[in-house]
Amino acid sequence: MDTNQALFQYCLRLGDTNLILGHRLAEMCSRAPFLEEDVALTNFALDHTGQAEALLQYAGQLEGKGRTEDDLAYLRPEWEYRNMLLVEQPNTDFAYVIVRQWMLDTYQCLLYDQLRQSKDAVLAGMATRFLKEAIYHYRHSSSWVERLGQGTDESQRRIRQALDDLWKFTPEMFAADTSEIALAALGIVPESADLLPQWTVNMARVCDKAGLQMPSGDHASAGIKSGRHTEHLGHLLAEMQYLQRAYPGAKW
Amino acid sequence: MELQEKLDAFQQYIDAEEKIEPKDWMPDEYRRHCIRQISQHAHSEVIGMQPEGNWITRAPTLRAKKILLAKIQDEGGHGLYLYSAAETLGISRDEMIRQLHEGKAKYSSVFNYPTLNWADIGAIGWLVDGAAVTNQLSLRRTSYGPYSRAMLRICNEESFHQRQGYEIMTKMANGTPEQRRMAQDALDRWWWPALMMFGPHDNNSPRTYNGIVWKIKRAGNDELRQRFIDKTVPQAEFLGLKIPDPQLQWNEATGHYETGEINWDEFHRVISGDGPCNRQRMEHHKRVHEEGAWVREAAEAFARRRKAENLTEAIA
Repeated sequence: MDTNQALFQYCLRLGDTNLILGHRLAEMCSRAPFLEEDVALTNFALDHTGQAEALLQYAGQLEGKGRTEDDLAYLRPEWEYRNMLLVEQPNTDFAYVIVRQWMLDTYQCLLYDQLRQSKDAVLAGMATRFLKEAIYHYRHSSSWVERLGQGTDESQRRIRQALDDLWKFTPEMFAADTSEIALAALGIVPESADLLPQWTVNMARVCDKAGLQMPSGDHASAGIKSGRHTEHLGHLLAEMQYLQRAYPGAKW
Repeated sequence: MELQEKLDAFQQYIDAEEKIEPKDWMPDEYRRHCIRQISQHAHSEVIGMQPEGNWITRAPTLRAKKILLAKIQDEGGHGLYLYSAAETLGISRDEMIRQLHEGKAKYSSVFNYPTLNWADIGAIGWLVDGAAVTNQLSLRRTSYGPYSRAMLRICNEESFHQRQGYEIMTKMANGTPEQRRMAQDALDRWWWPALMMFGPHDNNSPRTYNGIVWKIKRAGNDELRQRFIDKTVPQAEFLGLKIPDPQLQWNEATGHYETGEINWDEFHRVISGDGPCNRQRMEHHKRVHEEGAWVREAAEAFARRRKAENLTEAIA
């Protein structure tokens, strides 16, 4: 596989995951349990959207067909999105928002840390910048897991529910596709499977503090590799792409 | 000291342009006036997140989405400073929110109008933030110290909001015929509500008098409204958009624009709860507040437990 093509695919994966999570967090605007948290979630939405912008812009350059970050974000059909299924799951309640965030933050901290060593200078530069944001997000989400786990009976019940429901989306984080395998061989990206042991340790540590049982069991999860999504993404894209689709060619 | 002496000394202090600080003596009416005005201002920032949030998931580019997110985040932050400023007067945020939900505290009526197309996001920045900043610039010199300091911070950010709004309007006004139509439609709907933001004419405004004497307010409603009109009309002309006021004209002699009369029936109707979105905005705020109760309770329970544990450790 051509390296540029592989890196294009890889940046789409990372970019789309940030794009869709940023969108889900943006939906929380004016809907958080209190004002400080509203500001924090909007801030995370902004960080993820910014990461998506940088990654998709780079993806567009690598592809070499003149597509901009907005073309990629707004004008692809559903099956071309390469985000993790985890991040397209809806904001069922605050516990889901937090667990989804915490699972991904734990992952992104490890991934970006490794990507700083990438032989691709652009990717390494982005990872250095993104890591700072990811660590900040992780502190916030993991401390909420602890608070909700050790809070009231209701918060405990809700966070358990969210954890059990979202757990099935985690194997996808550690599954490699052909582009990742090609890039890992060249020292451009880490193998995501290698992140699993440390991810498990970090997750278990927070679960322990929160008094939560870490779910077990592996689930086959398609998603990224096949381009098959859950029912939720179509609705999200219909809303997100609305203006670009309704008024083709308009400049915003 | 007799009450009258205290009042006189208070007035002299204010007349000397000194700031009143939380621990200073102040007349009860001054305290009430500040609480009413600052909490109304805080609630306005927070409720204002709704009409703009209505477009955040439909923002047409990543850049536009980032700017709108940053702007709404700023507004939440303004709400936070302002709630804190009001708390220095001895009212809790919970109490302010309760008063809002019971309809005892108000927020700016302008947020009871809907956002119907993307240009509304431009129009809110340009007109609504433009009107707000006109008022807030004068409030930097308000006599209550914490409010004045909050205004200094807020004004810097509001002028960025106004610029981003005007940038959206510029793109829309110079865009496709549909975009141009959206821009004019947005101006048609937001112009009058923006003028209403300055409140009734000064001769009809019961609270202006005390507010001015105590230098809580630093300029009258009509003066501020005129400042806004004079600044904004040429901006609309530059965009090639038409202000929806057939009586609008330039008065060479006074050096000001003259406008038609504001529809005060509509103004009072919206203030008293009968605007297009009053119920929707309040129901949204109440519902979110109720749905978040379990999270706040969990955080409090956790904090109590932590405190107890630390205490046990300290004793052991």
